[in-house]
Amino acid sequence: MSQYTWPDPATRPLLGKKISRVDGPSKSSGRAKYTYDYNPQGLLAGKILRCPYAHAKIVSIDTSAAEKMPGVKAIEIIQRAGTEIFWAGDEIVGVAAVDEGTVDDAIRAIKVEYEVLPHFVSDAEPPKNVATDTGPVSADDFEDLADNQVPDEEVVAMIQKRGISFKPSDKDLASYKGMGVDQSIIAALQKAKFVEGTGKQKSPYKKTSVQTQGEPDKAFAAAAAVVEGVYGMPCIVHSCLETHGSASGWPAENELVVHISTQNVSGIAAQMAEPLSVPAGNINVVQQNIGGGFGSKFSADRWDVNTANLSKKAGGKPVKNMLDRKAEFEVAGMRPSAYARVKIAAAKDGKITAWDSRSWGTGGVGGGGTPPLPYILEIPNQRKQNTAISTNQGSARAWRAPNHPQAALITMAAIEDLAAKLKMDPLDLVHANLEIAGPRKDNYSEEFVIADELMGWKKNWHQRGDQTAGHIKRGMGLSMHTWGGRGHNSNCDFSINPDGSVEVKLGTQDLGTGCLTIISIVAADTLGIPLENIKVLYGNNRYPQSGGSGGSTTSGGVTSSTRRAAVDARDALFAKVAPSLKAQPEELEAVGAKVQVKGDAGRGLSWKEACAKIGAVPLTIRGANPDKARPPDLTNSGVGGVQMAEVSVDVETGIVRVTKMVAVQDCGLVVDVKTAESQVLGALIMGISYALYEEKILDPITGRVLNPNLEFYRLAGLNDIGELKVHMMTGKGYDERGVIGLSEPPVVSPGAAISNAVANAIGVRVPFLPLTPDRVLEALEQGDGHASV
Amino acid sequence: MNTDDDAHKPESNSGVTRRDFMKISAVTAAVPLVMGTNVVEAAGEEVTVHGPGKVPVTLNVNGKKLSAELEPRVTLLDALRGPFDITGAKRVCDRGSCGACTVLLDGKPVYACSVLAIDAQGAKIETIEALAEDGKLSPVMAAFVAHDAQQCGFCTPGFVVAATHFLQKNPKPSVEDMRRGLSGNYCRCGTYDGIRAVALAQSGGKQS
Repeated sequence: MSQYTWPDPATRPLLGKKISRVDGPSKSSGRAKYTYDYNPQGLLAGKILRCPYAHAKIVSIDTSAAEKMPGVKAIEIIQRAGTEIFWAGDEIVGVAAVDEGTVDDAIRAIKVEYEVLPHFVSDAEPPKNVATDTGPVSADDFEDLADNQVPDEEVVAMIQKRGISFKPSDKDLASYKGMGVDQSIIAALQKAKFVEGTGKQKSPYKKTSVQTQGEPDKAFAAAAAVVEGVYGMPCIVHSCLETHGSASGWPAENELVVHISTQNVSGIAAQMAEPLSVPAGNINVVQQNIGGGFGSKFSADRWDVNTANLSKKAGGKPVKNMLDRKAEFEVAGMRPSAYARVKIAAAKDGKITAWDSRSWGTGGVGGGGTPPLPYILEIPNQRKQNTAISTNQGSARAWRAPNHPQAALITMAAIEDLAAKLKMDPLDLVHANLEIAGPRKDNYSEEFVIADELMGWKKNWHQRGDQTAGHIKRGMGLSMHTWGGRGHNSNCDFSINPDGSVEVKLGTQDLGTGCLTIISIVAADTLGIPLENIKVLYGNNRYPQSGGSGGSTTSGGVTSSTRRAAVDARDALFAKVAPSLKAQPEELEAVGAKVQVKGDAGRGLSWKEACAKIGAVPLTIRGANPDKARPPDLTNSGVGGVQMAEVSVDVETGIVRVTKMVAVQDCGLVVDVKTAESQVLGALIMGISYALYEEKILDPITGRVLNPNLEFYRLAGLNDIGELKVHMMTGKGYDERGVIGLSEPPVVSPGAAISNAVANAIGVRVPFLPLTPDRVLEALEQGDGHASV
Repeated sequence: MNTDDDAHKPESNSGVTRRDFMKISAVTAAVPLVMGTNVVEAAGEEVTVHGPGKVPVTLNVNGKKLSAELEPRVTLLDALRGPFDITGAKRVCDRGSCGACTVLLDGKPVYACSVLAIDAQGAKIETIEALAEDGKLSPVMAAFVAHDAQQCGFCTPGFVVAATHFLQKNPKPSVEDMRRGLSGNYCRCGTYDGIRAVALAQSGGKQS
């Protein structure tokens, strides 16, 4: 029986070391090709006319002038007259033409008449006592419930109590099931009574969750300290530097080739098959490199389907349409906003006893997310309710660690405010509550000790409000976070060629996480050969299916399948080589680019000589994850991380600077310490960016995004990041857990840690991110707890 | 602003000076929409008008003369990436804020999205592709790899061009120099720590 287990530290030449990413040279030299760079002869330019209004009905569309323009090759009306449009930037007409200038001119020549309807774009605090909707659950309501991750039992109760105003077909039910809707909900839908919908104007507010546990009122009354606060963060935009989009061409009738910027190479064909009426097997999806995704690029979008249709109309010539920056801001996803009024209580020793929160937020027309409050801590007495606000703007998409950064800010800020009231060091208060910190509590405990050392927390921490003279105030804040990160379903074909080269083929993608590098490391480490011998073929749906890169699931998936296949391939090679070494296959090992009898370098063949014994046909093994037939499980779920931030705040200008951040993070067995550290450093920088600068601003008058560009939607620059220290937890207690993903967790805490550091520096809470000068000055002027919402 | 002072104007290659442009703007309605170069009389002087149709454009890119028929509105970036298929410089913001399209124009870094192709004629244009001689990584590129100063890599070519020029001008940069000199490029994945390490390694310094 082959040993698939991850090797011991003593017998792994590459795994767990610091290794430069294998695609680094192609990226730093500009050779790396992205979807945006796809540029074959005769490529047509595609572009979409977008609705300028946040809510409107299309009255008429006249494309006749555009059709007559020289160079225009295809026009497709995406949404017809009579259609109601719910956000500015929604797709109306697609055009393909010989070049970008011509397509721009053609778009301008199209006349669309709209009936402008009233819009709603505010995610300010909902009025008190928003009436709970008592009418039947509509199909839209139902989808919103799913989007908002409302607990199953609440959805079932709602369906039973209120009935439904739609009649789901068996096909609908099957598709809900496919989307992961729980069986209890499907059953409730099947049994639900049909109630005619009222059709009246819907309120933008939807209570999505109301829960009570324990006895919060009693606990608050008995507490030694109670604090109340309001906290939150606005909608922010993924801002992938490569915008969404694709290039499609039809080399033969009924055969489509799609170059697309995607986090989901293996999943795109199935999504495009139905709207294009082409079998998924006839769609070849290709992507070499992707310029950022962060959760926003899992699907083939309506514009991608349009691009394929335009190409078909243009006789199959390839058409490329990458969104312009403005459209990227309007329609290609964002992180939902989340705000909350929180009351939290503790006993004298700092043990937290009660939590009360009223949260709200928006993620576009469908409502908002539901942050898991309180974050991490299992506070015994709780009351919480969440209201999702439906607004006329492009819908939210997964953004690195969906719901977690919001929950971390709201919870960790309340905890820091509570510590300030008790005059306790928040590090002590958190330590006092680690018992209720869930399954990763021991990690946090260990990690806080290291973070304390790296930051000099205990040495430098002061009570809230820097009392030193001058207008620059310094402070420190902390936070902690968790995530799952179990490896996804991933297959690969692993080949050892007779010439000694090795290929790993799989339909995955590398978002810049180091995915290709860790696949190469696992392959080379298992075979005892240099990294350069490994070629990873990826980014094509003709290769074995591998999951989408979301939720930190890729690392665990691709390394597990690669390891299993590599072990089997190595053992198959041993069987071929053993006779010539006059040994049994199980007596052999592959080390130092040799296949030899264990411990006996004299009885061996060089890697090349050994591979020559394979014969004419390469040894090819299919690897899989999960794979019960080839135990053990090589991936795992559940990580913990802690972060600390140090800031300086100029109380005259309100300018906040992050001077230092420390991140201590575990993710099981770290395959490549170098790219893992980069991942955490990147998350800290992205965190500084959303903590201090990022906000998608909607104009209440026009309903449009006011800053759909990179001048007024500010990202952190090299100048803004301070000193960054990253410590990865490795060794005993971590390595044996297997490989766990890392992309989401470290981006959860920065907002909370930086907000807490600012409160510690200036003595008052700035309730909302980003911590811009105006917000800091307002908080200083008004004092704690009086910020306008 | 003294931009109307001829002495302070950059050399123009399109034949349209800023002053000419103002005159043309004033008489736009009188300019017939014809293809190719045209001469109109504006404010009593003869002024060359390019476009709005396609005009021949020749660029000196990475030591090669490249020619195409382009509309005058086409930017240097779009000319490089489109007809000439030189795709290292990236289009990200397309309006001069992010630096992903940085190329060298007569040795100076510029945002190629903010230069018209016809204006870049006669200048020496160097893109990221020219910095890797014979396909070998330049020292700055190698340092980007060693310090893992790239993730998705989409901003990387622009950053490498900017950093290469910056390090030529500042062989031993201080942290303050870097703040000034490397703030013209955005990265979304968050690779600044590695880029800072690249610059500090050049000066023999250590990252604190």
